[in-house]
Amino acid sequence: MNQVILYTIISLSATGVAAAIILFLIAQRFRVIEDPRIDDVEDALPSANCGGCGYAGCRNFAEACVKAENMSGLFCPPGGNDTMANVAGILGMEALEQDPEVAVVRCSGSFACRPRTNQYDGATSCAVASSLYAGDTGCQWGCLGHGDCVRPCEFDAIHMNPETGLPEVVDEKCTACNACVEACPKDIIELRKRAKRDRKIFVSCINEDKGGIAKKSCSVACIGCGKCEKVCPHDAITIENFLAYIDPVKCKLCRKCPPVCPTNSIHEIGFPPRKPKPEPVAKTLEAGESDEPTKKEDKK
Amino acid sequence: MRTFRLGGIHPPDNKITAGSSIRELPVPEQVSIPIFQHIGAPPKILVERGAEIKVGEPIASSEGFISAFIHSSVSGKVIKIDKVTDISGYKRMAVVVKVDGDSWQDGIDRSPELKKEIKIEPQEIIQKVLQMGIVGMGGATFPTHVKLSLPRGKEADYLLVNGAECEPYLTSDHILMVERTNEILCGISIMMKALNVEKAIIGIENNKPDAIARLTECARDFKGIEVAGMKVKYPQGGEKQLIKTLIDREVPSGGLPIDVGAVVFNVGTMFAVYEAIQKNKPLIERVVTITGKDMKDPGNFMVRIGTPVSSLVEAAGGLPESTGKVISGGPMMGKALNSLDVPIIKGTSGVTLLPEAESSRKEIQNCIRCSKCVTVCPMGLEPYLLMALGEREMFERMEDDKAMDCIECGSCSYICPSNRPLLDYIRLGKVEINKLRRARKN
Repeated sequence: MNQVILYTIISLSATGVAAAIILFLIAQRFRVIEDPRIDDVEDALPSANCGGCGYAGCRNFAEACVKAENMSGLFCPPGGNDTMANVAGILGMEALEQDPEVAVVRCSGSFACRPRTNQYDGATSCAVASSLYAGDTGCQWGCLGHGDCVRPCEFDAIHMNPETGLPEVVDEKCTACNACVEACPKDIIELRKRAKRDRKIFVSCINEDKGGIAKKSCSVACIGCGKCEKVCPHDAITIENFLAYIDPVKCKLCRKCPPVCPTNSIHEIGFPPRKPKPEPVAKTLEAGESDEPTKKEDKK
Repeated sequence: MRTFRLGGIHPPDNKITAGSSIRELPVPEQVSIPIFQHIGAPPKILVERGAEIKVGEPIASSEGFISAFIHSSVSGKVIKIDKVTDISGYKRMAVVVKVDGDSWQDGIDRSPELKKEIKIEPQEIIQKVLQMGIVGMGGATFPTHVKLSLPRGKEADYLLVNGAECEPYLTSDHILMVERTNEILCGISIMMKALNVEKAIIGIENNKPDAIARLTECARDFKGIEVAGMKVKYPQGGEKQLIKTLIDREVPSGGLPIDVGAVVFNVGTMFAVYEAIQKNKPLIERVVTITGKDMKDPGNFMVRIGTPVSSLVEAAGGLPESTGKVISGGPMMGKALNSLDVPIIKGTSGVTLLPEAESSRKEIQNCIRCSKCVTVCPMGLEPYLLMALGEREMFERMEDDKAMDCIECGSCSYICPSNRPLLDYIRLGKVEINKLRRARKN
């Protein structure tokens, strides 16, 4: 009996030792030599795996950085310039500075502004809804309000406002990772240059219908009247297909265009309130269009 | 009785308008004729604003092989060439004509007398079908001349004609088969000549005994046309299901009917072909069923293309108060309308008004893996799995699981006890897979 146990122990140990030797040899033979810098770069990244860089995740991006000859085309939006400087330091390369960006929702067709013409009761997904029809208002361009942009956000930076039925971006949290931009089937969300103190001026509409049709379906639609284009001293505003667009690079945030917009579709956010001029009387718009700490004013 | 093997459902057929004969809908004051009414490339507009046009005049010519001509369905003045809201709510190019009288273009034979003799050659038939703007009238609106031009090396040995009309509520094909029997048979003979086939089979579900009897009787005068009764089962009218039922062949995944030697047309298309070839009349009007349980006077109307749905609803006694959804097509495959100003197009076989209680979707619950959707899928797919993949945006795996074979019949969504929007997500997946495929090509 004892002998059996003894032989068992000896034979099993021998098998174990033999297997260990074989495994060791195989591991030596097929060893994958990985650049240790990949781990270092990965540690320097924010590990959000958001995909904003265009790669599958942070590891993938780190590999790409190590392989690359220079840093052009490689940028981690959540990390920003600091992270990229770190990464470049590890790799002994020079970082390319990029302007920080922020996501901007270009639709202000809230429940109050856009009358609902029909009711959708299908799956709660903008992608599904837009593959079926144009939307539950007269505007075929506007926000569908099912929150496809909210779900992919890894930074809790975009929320639906139940009062307006529109998404709102929290500027401090937004890293411009592009996830919401890609998720929106209507291409409403845009990444724009982040200015000082998160100030921004943009046309909050993408309706390319003729003025009359646009205005009929939504009271705050851009009607392409061209008033803002005329008043802009920096040539930053272009009008195409009955829609104004403010170039975020050319725009100097001079605040000349918002007051002339007849439909209040140009939003200015983050500015101190305008000083009311004695003549003509400034009138503050009622709240409900945007929860941002702003005062939108209309000179009439 | 013949039927297809896999899946299928039995929705209540509600054919309220069966047996109500075709009535002519008066020409409306204004029509808007969408330029893009078919699958394929958008055609080129031929008319200008302010032009005076007659009934039957071409207003857009086909661009590229898969495209179709569009003709004016009324006479009058072009007042606008602009974007008009279509069924889905998106704005598309359309020619808006203010109607003035009803003067037809020369050469169109409007007499009801039957012209049986086929004088022209197969090549000419295909040319004429193209110029007369004939597209598939079952709903998919695929240009007919494309189906007639067989790819090299392929030969058809059967012409199958779809008279199944398996969609609940709709009766436009049914009434056409009863009232225009000889015209349809003549249209089939023309198509047989164009395709050089000897045999044609008309498949009709046996809830239409009058149509079967009438066609069987008249088909004796035509060579090679057989009439086959089929068991009632949705979606028997699907191209692939019809081929399986009638000639017991299976179209391979991703293949076309011609791969198994069959070409399938709808009876409505056959009638349009007859009128185009024998009477020189382009596709400018079609039979549309307007139906609904609470409608005062539902029926089958001969409607000019471009007529707004609202005038059709008015002709049938106005919009009932209980209406929840107005659907272009039938309740299974139709699309809910965004507004009543939408024009009737070549593919509109019916307009169904569903009461609020029947039309609204129920609360979505979790999948209980009962596999009812798998059992009823006529294409042998796994809808619950495809939906799960669609929700997670795993479109590549959806492609591997043959989402593109889905015929969008809606049987899965109909049968699901948890009211899951299965088809919605499969449809989304198909759109995304098409995008992926295009990206791969470039």
